[in-house]
Amino acid sequence: MKPVQIAEGIYDVGVNDWNIRDFHGYSTYLGTSYNAFLIVDEKIALIDTVKKEFADQLIANISQIVDPRKIDLVISNHTEMDHSGGLARVMHRVGEDKPLYCSKMGHKNLQRHFPQNWNYQAVGTGDELSLGRRTLAFMETKMLHWPDSMFTYLKEDKILFSSDAFGQHYAGQEKFDDVVGDRIMPHAKKYFANILMVYGPRVLKLMEQVQSLGLEFKMICPDHGVLWRDNPAKIIDAYVRWSKQEAKKKAVVVYDTMWHSTEKMADAIASGLAAAGVDARPMHLRKWHRSDIMTEVLDAKAIIVGSPTLNNNLFPTIADFLTYMKGLKPAGKLGAAFGSYGWSGEAVKFINRELEAMDFELVDPGLRHQYIPEQDALEKCYQLGVKIGEMVGAQTA
Amino acid sequence: MKYVCTICGYVYDPEIGDPDNGVAAGTAWDDVPDDYECPVCGAGKEDFEPES
Repeated sequence: MKPVQIAEGIYDVGVNDWNIRDFHGYSTYLGTSYNAFLIVDEKIALIDTVKKEFADQLIANISQIVDPRKIDLVISNHTEMDHSGGLARVMHRVGEDKPLYCSKMGHKNLQRHFPQNWNYQAVGTGDELSLGRRTLAFMETKMLHWPDSMFTYLKEDKILFSSDAFGQHYAGQEKFDDVVGDRIMPHAKKYFANILMVYGPRVLKLMEQVQSLGLEFKMICPDHGVLWRDNPAKIIDAYVRWSKQEAKKKAVVVYDTMWHSTEKMADAIASGLAAAGVDARPMHLRKWHRSDIMTEVLDAKAIIVGSPTLNNNLFPTIADFLTYMKGLKPAGKLGAAFGSYGWSGEAVKFINRELEAMDFELVDPGLRHQYIPEQDALEKCYQLGVKIGEMVGAQTA
Repeated sequence: MKYVCTICGYVYDPEIGDPDNGVAAGTAWDDVPDDYECPVCGAGKEDFEPES
């Protein structure tokens, strides 16, 4: 990727990672980008780096604009290695003694990633740094989504460098929201659902803080994917909606199956939901990636989980998914369990226990069926779908 | 009683306190200052719950 000028004297010098398909367990079908930003003012600042193996590309991009040795200071908004991994190479080129700005937690956490004794300058909310004609203001955004996370705001240009917030795992030639269009929104939603859903209440608090400070954004530049320059309010509004976990008239039937019996039950339940006017899709856990299912969970009202019983236990993919979903803390959901079994049939009980631990409202004791569900059993599944569908209808706009 | 940060899972143990952040060992949760922040993630005192 060539450097992209995003405003006068400001460049995205990041890189595309076209080939990554699994980002710590999150599926990235279109790859991702690691954005890094160079601000050329009286002082020259670099905001964030890239994943370690792309550090040379980052340095080559910077070199097309300035000699890296002329960079006066580096800012690390986030310690995670897709943004800090390049620091060792970068600091080596820029100068090991140059100031490295980060949050207080960033200082602690970077020291646990890198042995170098860099010239750390810990900053907090309200601290400012003059580059000459322009001023950077820092804002800590702890646990959005790591303790070290922070925003850097370029006051005169009203540009927010938002680290992972508002990002999308998307590699493309298009670098701006108005160029890529609305097809970027599902990627932004997936990012929120899988990375930030658990921190929704903190996102809302941060939005209030931003409003009370009267901060305006002409452009929001996340560290992944496209930059929001056409309508930054659109992604902010979406974050508020997603943080509240506003549910649609929608249900997700997530399941796995061994001999198609639990699959038949899933299909019948989804038909019942649809008959009640609810958008419902059966999602097989070995056909759909867990991160895609979480994207659907974000704005669904009901989550119905089906598992065969394998050796007196949950089917492993279901245990995987339940653990993953629990960590992301979906709120205000209706839940139910179902599954076929051969002789013992504990899976439904185990699913119920997990859904209750997630504070789901269990709307039914669950449906267990021994071996192959025939018409009568499938009718019960269908009726369960209708019942849940009616509850979803009553509880969503 | 121990208190857990609901944001990151840090556990405040009154026997240990949080001496790095000015809370001496032996300080009960009620006596921890109102402006106390979780040493791991920076959440406020109101984000803690009793450990179950």
